[in-house]
Amino acid sequence: MVKITIDGIEIEVAAGTTILDAARQINPETAPPAMCFHSKLEGSGGKCRTCLVKVTKTSPSNPRPMPKLAPSCRTFVEDGMEVENNRSEEVLEARKGVVELLLINHPLDCPICDQAGECDLQNLAFEHGAETTDYQEERRRFPAKAIGDLIQLQMNRCILCFRCVYVADQLTDGRHHGVLGRGDSSEIGTYIEAAIDNDFSGNMIDVCPVGALTDRTFRFKSRVWFSKPMAAHRTCEKCCGNAVLWLKGNEILRVSGRRNDVGEVTEFICNTCRFDTKSLHLWEVEGPARISRDSVISQNHTPS
Amino acid sequence: MSRKILLENGDISGIDQFDIYRQHGGYQSVEKAIKTMTPLEVVDEVKKSGLRGRGGAGFSTGMKWSFLDRKSDKPRYLVCNADESEPGTFKDRYLMEKIPHRLIEGMIVSSYALGASRAYIYIRGELMWLAKRLENAIGEAKAHGLLGDNILGSDYSLDLVVHPGGGAYICGEESALLESLEGKRGYPRLKPPFPAISGLYGCPTVINNVESIAAVPWIVTHGGEEYSKIGIEKSSGTKLISASGHINRPGVYEIELGLPVEEFIYSDAYCGGIRNGRTLKAVVAGGSSVPILPAELILRTAAGIPRLMTYESLSDGGFQTGTMLGSGGFIVMDDTTCIVRNTWNFARFYHHESCGQCSPCREGTGWMEKVLHRIEHGHGTPKDIDLLVDIAKKIEGKTICALGDAAAWPIASAIRHFRHEFEYHIAHPDKITDPDHVYQPMGTK
Ligand SMILES: Cc1cc2nc3c(=O)[nH]c(=O)nc-3n(C[C@H](O)[C@H](O)[C@H](O)COP(=O)(O)O)c2cc1C
Ligand code: SF4
Ligand code: FES
Repeated sequence: MVKITIDGIEIEVAAGTTILDAARQINPETAPPAMCFHSKLEGSGGKCRTCLVKVTKTSPSNPRPMPKLAPSCRTFVEDGMEVENNRSEEVLEARKGVVELLLINHPLDCPICDQAGECDLQNLAFEHGAETTDYQEERRRFPAKAIGDLIQLQMNRCILCFRCVYVADQLTDGRHHGVLGRGDSSEIGTYIEAAIDNDFSGNMIDVCPVGALTDRTFRFKSRVWFSKPMAAHRTCEKCCGNAVLWLKGNEILRVSGRRNDVGEVTEFICNTCRFDTKSLHLWEVEGPARISRDSVISQNHTPS
Repeated sequence: MSRKILLENGDISGIDQFDIYRQHGGYQSVEKAIKTMTPLEVVDEVKKSGLRGRGGAGFSTGMKWSFLDRKSDKPRYLVCNADESEPGTFKDRYLMEKIPHRLIEGMIVSSYALGASRAYIYIRGELMWLAKRLENAIGEAKAHGLLGDNILGSDYSLDLVVHPGGGAYICGEESALLESLEGKRGYPRLKPPFPAISGLYGCPTVINNVESIAAVPWIVTHGGEEYSKIGIEKSSGTKLISASGHINRPGVYEIELGLPVEEFIYSDAYCGGIRNGRTLKAVVAGGSSVPILPAELILRTAAGIPRLMTYESLSDGGFQTGTMLGSGGFIVMDDTTCIVRNTWNFARFYHHESCGQCSPCREGTGWMEKVLHRIEHGHGTPKDIDLLVDIAKKIEGKTICALGDAAAWPIASAIRHFRHEFEYHIAHPDKITDPDHVYQPMGTK
């Protein structure tokens, strides 16, 4: 075990823990925001730069600060390390800058976006963003691309977190999509237009922090806060069968994976559970699902 | 006259051929090292030489070599960075073209020192003819028992491979280079771990610039101490400077570190002064990424001391009044140069070359380019100048690799030293609409 201090709060964590994880153990609500890192996806993180923190002391044997702000999602704790998160002006300023940069090319089409209400970018902008921007150039736009009947790709909303690429790499047999192009012309795509179709592709929807990948079978059906999330399970031969059903009355509007209190998917589910079993009698309902703290949905429901 | 180490015998005709190179002392260092020295003794000589990386950062080569994880049971690699794509920098290409065997010789001794049995030269894709030239040199060295199995009858064997890149600037960043060499997209890796611990295929790896490696044969043949006597203090040895812009004699010069900047610009042995009798306005001293300095600050430090071509002297004053030696891409601008236009041009380059992996660089480089484009085309507003400084700050120090910094510095420094010119552009859109406009100093009409 090693001791680390974040914003003056000391905590003991296992060696090999990241600063982000240590901060989450102290309090998920004050931990740095993480738009690209996802615990269940190996190699993820380090890209969005929203989780930057200031390491003021690396360890007692190396009491110097790290020369630059460090991505907390991929920086490992050391015994005696001291970190500034929300207490550092420099960190808050940097974060504000990153949020602004993530938003300059975002279409801000929340009113017609299915992700609204459970969008990490909305929460990020609300909690860490500035009120205004000096951006006055034209926003980047990509032509629409079809990737099959189940998943809707809206590239204009993508923040290039790479999570869906890791899902395809690590969960599905054969990756059919990736990042094409370079710099700010980078886009998610299949190169030659093709449907992404395999048993676990639906998890791309759940890990997407914004509305770039959404469930086509749920498209424009309802604002998420008008549906009621219930934890349920079924016996499934392909996956764990543990899911969240989003109900309107007795109708299942959509099925998604379960999340922990920082919004990460804890158990991936197969496409059969997600898309093909939308009938209540096929599920064993457990009760209201836990909802991440900053979801607007939590305004309507008591989290369990 | 300046000392020649890297370009020694460079003017002898046929020096690119093995026989001629060998007749003039070529491959001596390989013989000396393999027959009379242990690998660690070679590392020691390089440490003693004080040689610093010539790729841009100026990190001590001996130190880098001593960080290499020799305890791991994985293979170790040496990778030569011949991706040279920094605007204003064209010295590696010159060296490889003129004396390809110098690099091959350096690769052999350095690989021996590091215990690498496989080494790569990752060369910029546009330099295909040079890749062929190097391969030809490798073939010659092999035929003479200096490469391949059991070099000079010893039990040391080395396989040397030339690998052309696809022409992306980012693949010059060492970890992106490794990714590319592994056959993946050239995305920079997060550091740590550093390549010395986990580099190519996760194995301990040293990455050095062409010029750094090409200096090793001389160091081994003549001794590190001898090398350290050349140059001054912590800037030992010689450096290739690729000089371009508004000078009478553009080209690649090998200089002894410590040469006064003024002499380099005005002496007929080097740049030969400013073209057409005009006056010096600004210099980008170390490739497009380093801060631009106005004439008075490149010739003398803020304290009035003549600047020298050394790592220390050029960076005197920090970024406020100094710059960096960088890769030695020395771009000279006379008084007709439009700094705004030049800055926009650099911004366009970094926007185009950003890999797009991390958000500050991906989004920020495009934004800066657009604002500069507006200013340069007569659509700027007074707020734009501070906006540029602000965007640069949002990128600098917050990215995965140094390309983000490299994109921010030229813009921040141009505004720091030439703010009036940006203001002039914004106030006088009518005077700058001609695409070939030259800068009109304030006060002239
Ligand atoms: C965006 C970027 C581009 C780079 N391009 C080159 C290059 O073309 N050639 C080079 O030698 N080093 C380049 N570097 C520096 C390398 O990352 C690395 O520091 C260098 O190759 C180490 O060699 P040295 O210690 O011998 O200088 C680049 C760095 C960055 C951040
Ligand atoms: S700083 Fe730019 S080039 Fe470097 S990793 Fe980030 S996006 Fe890519
Ligand atoms: S969550 Fe750490 S960089 Fe994106």
